[in-house]
Amino acid sequence: MPDVTIGLGCAAGFLVIGATGAAIGRFSFAKTVIYGLSLALSLIALGLALSFLLRHAEASTVILPLGLPGTGAHFRLDALSAFFLLVVSLGGATTSLYALGYGQSERAPLRVLPYYGAFLGGMTLVVLAADAYSVLVAGEFMSLASWALVVAHYRDPAAVRAGYVYLVMASFGTLCLLLAFGLLAHASGEYTFAAMRATKLGPEVAVAVAALALVGAGSKAGVVPLHAWLPLAHPAAPSHISALLSGVMTKVGVYGFVRIVFDVAADQSPWSGLVALTLGGVTAVLGVLYALMQHDLKRLLAYHTVENIGIIFIGLGLALAFRANGQDGVAALALTAALFHVFNHAVFKSLLFFGAGAVLTATGQRDMERLGGLIHVMPKTAVVFLIGCASISALPPLNGFVSEWLTFQAILLSPQLPQWGLKFAVPATGALLALAAALAAACFVKAFGVVFLSRPRSPEAAAAREVDRFSLSAMFVLAALCVLAGILPGFVIDWLSPVTSALTGAVLPHQASMPWLSIVPIAESRSSYNGLIIFLFLTASGLFGAAVIHKFATRATRRSAIWDCGFPLDSPVTQYTSSSFAMPIRRVFGAAVFGVIERVDMPLPGEMRAGHFQVRVRDPAWRFIYGPLARSVARSAQWLNRMQFLTVRSYLTLVFLALIGLLLVVAAWR
Amino acid sequence: MAVIIALALQFFQIALIVAIAPFVLGITRKVRARLLCRRGPPLLQVYYDLWKLMHKEAVLAHNASWVYRSAPYLVFAATWTAAGLVPTYATGLVFSWSADLIAIVALLGTARFTLALAGMDVGTAFGGLGSSREMMIASLAEPAMLLIAFTVALIAGTTQLSAIATVFVTAETGLRVSLGLALLGLIVVGIAENARIPIDNPATHLELTMVHEAMVLEYSGRHLAMIEAAAAVKLVLYFSLIACLFFPFGIATGDKTAAAIAIGVGSFLCKMLVLAVSLPIAETSVAKMRVFRYPAFLGGAFAAAALAVFLRFVSRGF
Repeated sequence: MPDVTIGLGCAAGFLVIGATGAAIGRFSFAKTVIYGLSLALSLIALGLALSFLLRHAEASTVILPLGLPGTGAHFRLDALSAFFLLVVSLGGATTSLYALGYGQSERAPLRVLPYYGAFLGGMTLVVLAADAYSVLVAGEFMSLASWALVVAHYRDPAAVRAGYVYLVMASFGTLCLLLAFGLLAHASGEYTFAAMRATKLGPEVAVAVAALALVGAGSKAGVVPLHAWLPLAHPAAPSHISALLSGVMTKVGVYGFVRIVFDVAADQSPWSGLVALTLGGVTAVLGVLYALMQHDLKRLLAYHTVENIGIIFIGLGLALAFRANGQDGVAALALTAALFHVFNHAVFKSLLFFGAGAVLTATGQRDMERLGGLIHVMPKTAVVFLIGCASISALPPLNGFVSEWLTFQAILLSPQLPQWGLKFAVPATGALLALAAALAAACFVKAFGVVFLSRPRSPEAAAAREVDRFSLSAMFVLAALCVLAGILPGFVIDWLSPVTSALTGAVLPHQASMPWLSIVPIAESRSSYNGLIIFLFLTASGLFGAAVIHKFATRATRRSAIWDCGFPLDSPVTQYTSSSFAMPIRRVFGAAVFGVIERVDMPLPGEMRAGHFQVRVRDPAWRFIYGPLARSVARSAQWLNRMQFLTVRSYLTLVFLALIGLLLVVAAWR
Repeated sequence: MAVIIALALQFFQIALIVAIAPFVLGITRKVRARLLCRRGPPLLQVYYDLWKLMHKEAVLAHNASWVYRSAPYLVFAATWTAAGLVPTYATGLVFSWSADLIAIVALLGTARFTLALAGMDVGTAFGGLGSSREMMIASLAEPAMLLIAFTVALIAGTTQLSAIATVFVTAETGLRVSLGLALLGLIVVGIAENARIPIDNPATHLELTMVHEAMVLEYSGRHLAMIEAAAAVKLVLYFSLIACLFFPFGIATGDKTAAAIAIGVGSFLCKMLVLAVSLPIAETSVAKMRVFRYPAFLGGAFAAAALAVFLRFVSRGF
């Protein structure tokens, strides 16, 4: 049986699971059945994708008699689809495992279970679809299923608003993709990717397709300024769904972009690369700065997704620029960096959202200002959450560092690019990436420090209990992947080689055969990194230090009250909070980026009322783009509203005028 | 046999860094005290302090978690690992390829992340203050450091420190504008990262001016000893980074003959001495800054490094 058929079987299975969920959702055993079946099916899809990449298998195609009459629906499994299928099914498997525990507390299972299977099935279909019609239908199906999950808790007004914004942005994204495919179908005369691939595009068409793909896929992935829906929608959903939305569905957006500009419309000019990488750099820095300003844990994570999408687009933009200049080897390096980061982000962002869900289950709180000290009551969750935080902050020897290191290596090869615009944009993007990495570390010191360390800031946080086995095992699997991909990155890079060879025509040197399992992107004299050695050195020197002290000095320990420079205060409100932690960075960057308004209301001496301090931080995308846009829509609606209350005479006049206008147009046309 | 010698040379470097770090710190303290017309502590005082701290019992707050207890060891391990991979007396040591300049910067990031978390652990106002300010400073200094890494990597065509040092010591690199800017940036970053004046005052105990000291305020005994040792190692790391990038003469590049190694070690120690004497001279000539003046200072380093990178992208001549 060809591989693609198995993949399609999995997708169909997910849809059946969705239907089953609708049928049995009201029974108490339904959650276990649905999530258990999803887990099994995701593992099958995961095995398929992994074996496809390891075997360097040939792409296989199947045509189903569905869709448009006469064309049929084309599905194809190639290396790129297989890699993204791996990401989707890995996310699906771990989320299903997590949901076996976490999902049991769902109050409205009928609003989650049917759409869960549909959502997974939709994502699987998108990465398998091989013609414009199927990919758009599958994409829209995925968007609608995920919309239903976002508004699952529809009594929460925030969820409804998030769902509304999400629906508008998803439709806008689909519209752009529709136009992009329209241009491609017009040029080739057919809907299939194979025909589009074979057609040579004019330069204007190629640029237009790339721009539309960037806007369309970028709005699904969350590129600034099209990210506005993401920090609303991702936190609104139940936490395991948030993990799927943030960790996996944004990657389907990335897939759309890669599929269009690297494969279907591959004759791109270097300037599309320039636009993508500049946008990526801006997205990375703005995303992490917004994240720092948040005190809702899930929203902080959602904004961090924006940052990571930016890092991925930097890699993709570099790969485009290098490929357009014929430097396939470096293009392969940049593409590897981007795809490695896709994998990494899927792993650690799912892990972090699972952790946030565990915190939410245990305390009922998402507001970081009311958490704290959870490391004492949820020790296992704290360990895995810490690993996730360290990975996303790009700290060696974990996996986040490897993909950023590869991106830096690609940036350092960019003086070879001939275009002046790129010569300036690439180092500037490198600086932005460095800034984003440093700020991400600050952000996750804040997230872990305020939520898990310090003293509990509310009774709920003090009374929390560790979560169930299923949730913990899902988080431990992902944390183990973070560590493994960090200390043995060469294997991941080797798995990506079929993808890069298909899209850029070049591969990186075979990493598994490097001495000591180090990774070498170009040549050892140029750069190399060995996560394993670093990990061993860290462990050895830490243990050595501890052993020397414990053996030759003392290990006496005494517990006492907090010292705090001699002025200990018992109240937990004297601690630093998430807002106060971010305050210096808000002062440094905030005024320029957010237009922060700080209002201090300090009572005069002798007055007995309480003082107030208010900070207002607004996402500039809302301030400058969506706010004015929404207002102008409302204004024109107001204006059009008057047309509903005219007399019959006025309507007849309007009809007459419209007729004359049309006739004039027709006359002018001829 | 060759493998044993190679390993021995590598571990000699790793041990050398730790062995001399307290002494280098002692020199800076002594020189600083003399410049302030004080007699100053003995040169070996840092060793005595560490010895004393190690033998005292560690006092932990009731709610200190394992993060707080293990952080000193991890900070020390990450700093030491990073320092052990910077070429000091010889290039091309056996593990020199396992981490490049970017990875060394990131390893210091791991140490800082751990220490900042430890500062948050007990839940005091000072700890949070220190962590928050430390991460703010780092978020400005680390990008500048990476741009400096870009500059030297673009000149040498590699990010491996060992290979960069070899290129700079053998090939005719000459005086370059971009290297000058990078050196300027590296000095500013080094001052910020090592919590020296004008960013931070390592000797302060005035609460509002503390950054690094506030973060480790609750530590005592052997834990404090590990943190102090890590700070000393970090200072030597930055010194050896400056030495290996900008003053690589004397470093043993070719065959590891006894003479070459002796010259390498001797010149390394001389360079450490010169840097350890110059740092307090620079420190005593300026006053400490207000916290919200840091962005301008560190932004200057960032701008210098960015300019250096742009110059490299524009022309190979700079």
